[in-house]
Amino acid sequence: MPRNFLTATLLLSAFSMAACTTKPKELPPQPSASTTTTRPDAPTPAGPVPGSQADFLASVLSDTVYFDTDRYNVDTEDQGTLQSQAQWLARYPGKSVTIEGHCDERGTRDYNIALGERRANAAKNYLVSVGVDASRISTVSYGKERPLALGSDEASWAKNRRAVTITVQ
Amino acid sequence: MTIRKLALLLAVASFPALAFAQQAAVPASAASPQADEGGLTGSVTDESEWQDLGIAIPSFPTDRSEATAADGGTTEVLGRNLARVVYGDLKNNGLFKPVGPDALPGIAYAEVASPAFAGWRGRSAEMLVQGFVKAVADGRLTVGCYLYDVSLGTELARQGYVVKPEEWRRAAHKCADMVYSRLSGESPFFDSKIAYIAETGPKDRRRKQLAIMDSDGANHRFITNGQATALTPRYSPDYSKIVYLSYLNGAPRIYVYEIGTGRQTLVTQGKGPTFAPRWSPDGKSILYSMAISGNTDIYRVPATGGESVRLTNTPGINVGGSYSPDGSKIVFESDRSGSQQVYVMDAGGGNQRRISFFGGRSATPEWSPRGDQIAFTHMAGNFRIAVMNPQGGEMRELTDSWQDEAPTWAPNGRIIQFFRTQKNSGESSIWQVDLTGRNERKLDTPRGASDPAWGPVLP
Repeated sequence: MPRNFLTATLLLSAFSMAACTTKPKELPPQPSASTTTTRPDAPTPAGPVPGSQADFLASVLSDTVYFDTDRYNVDTEDQGTLQSQAQWLARYPGKSVTIEGHCDERGTRDYNIALGERRANAAKNYLVSVGVDASRISTVSYGKERPLALGSDEASWAKNRRAVTITVQ
Repeated sequence: MTIRKLALLLAVASFPALAFAQQAAVPASAASPQADEGGLTGSVTDESEWQDLGIAIPSFPTDRSEATAADGGTTEVLGRNLARVVYGDLKNNGLFKPVGPDALPGIAYAEVASPAFAGWRGRSAEMLVQGFVKAVADGRLTVGCYLYDVSLGTELARQGYVVKPEEWRRAAHKCADMVYSRLSGESPFFDSKIAYIAETGPKDRRRKQLAIMDSDGANHRFITNGQATALTPRYSPDYSKIVYLSYLNGAPRIYVYEIGTGRQTLVTQGKGPTFAPRWSPDGKSILYSMAISGNTDIYRVPATGGESVRLTNTPGINVGGSYSPDGSKIVFESDRSGSQQVYVMDAGGGNQRRISFFGGRSATPEWSPRGDQIAFTHMAGNFRIAVMNPQGGEMRELTDSWQDEAPTWAPNGRIIQFFRTQKNSGESSIWQVDLTGRNERKLDTPRGASDPAWGPVLP
């Protein structure tokens, strides 16, 4: 019985931490009566809830792969990143992801929407090639509409030419 | 005094009731021009403007000042506002040096159809635009517009318009169009509207709303509230609808928005993202681009919905599209050669061939409403607005800035609008330039602005 209490406490604490990480605006759940019985020397839970976006970010090399100007090919570094994402997806077969494709500002609007889609699709194709079911991956292109780096220089543009994998929770 | 009163009455009697038509008949000049300068009682308030005088546009008098729902409240005040709009139109296109009602003496109602040429000659006016405004019984307004050659002492053109009070600016735009057409030999364009994207907020969280305005920036109105990013609008040829891209449901899709009802419909139920929508010249079909498995092709769909027809079928990105005015050809962009270049095809998709060979990338082609030119974005270092003929020859760059893109044509094919983005801040604004590359100027918009789309001249 004390063991069950402890498990419940761990899960609740972990959940509240994850909630804090991914949705800062939401307050952690109020502790229930049972959790108040936790002994002060109970071990502090560490790490995000398994299968959560926080868990994904903590488990993979990166959620983002980068592209050269006007290119959409997945290079060896990107492959390592995407393989780590594929491993996580293998661990949580119930989870789906959306891949966002982005471009730098040095292109015309319509073309960049198409290019962002092509980049997201290239990342998707790689995940599929290493065993992820295509039905678990959706893509969306934001073209040049959502830059991450705000400068108008090569370093900023390189950060913005990207495909970002986000778990669907 | 008696003579002047008589002239006034004659003039009033000779202004016929005008039909609800664009160019209703208006009276001829009185047989003998008035030598009396009694109407020229004001004084010139800005001497410097007189030095540049090409066209004088005094306030439009009214026969009897009456209350009106139009801006100004009375027909007398409205007459000045009308002349101001004509002045603004003619001033901003670079061909003329007009002087407006705020720098000119007023004229009497009777003078409208019988100008005091001697007086205007004395003030070095070469051309003279005079008009009148009258309230009609049903609340509408009659506006007359006359163009005179001062040195010859002759009338060159005249038109009359009957408009609802809320459409009073259209009468002034039609008047400016008459003057512009008569003096330049070009087709009119002032009485037209622009759809565009209003932008606010920081670069990484920019709010983008669909908005519309008259060609001079008046009657500005937001169509969407900015909750969903809106991009690349295009007015239907009859101005009843706008096709545009929205992230309304999270993914980019093209929608048709009906201006009268506010109703919005998804054009196609395709699975992939749809973007870069364009109308056919007859308004019956819409071109759009759709990505399937990362490959983008151009499709055509009936504007009312239905089966889509794929027009391109090559690996890579085929996007955009703009019909020739006769609807027989489409100019579009494709990176099938390795980089964005401009191609032309038959409206059914046949005979696709590249026409841009300029170095750098060439994108966003738009066929001129006159058919003789294609405007596009030339990216070679800076992004510049350029034009070429439909065979890809005679390329000329019209602008030079860090990032100018997305040209759209004035309805007469003589002026191009585009948007200019500032380095680093990413702030954008709409600019226009004429076909000679001169008379570049920024349009006034309440917020940042991009993706302009100029509609046709209103019927």
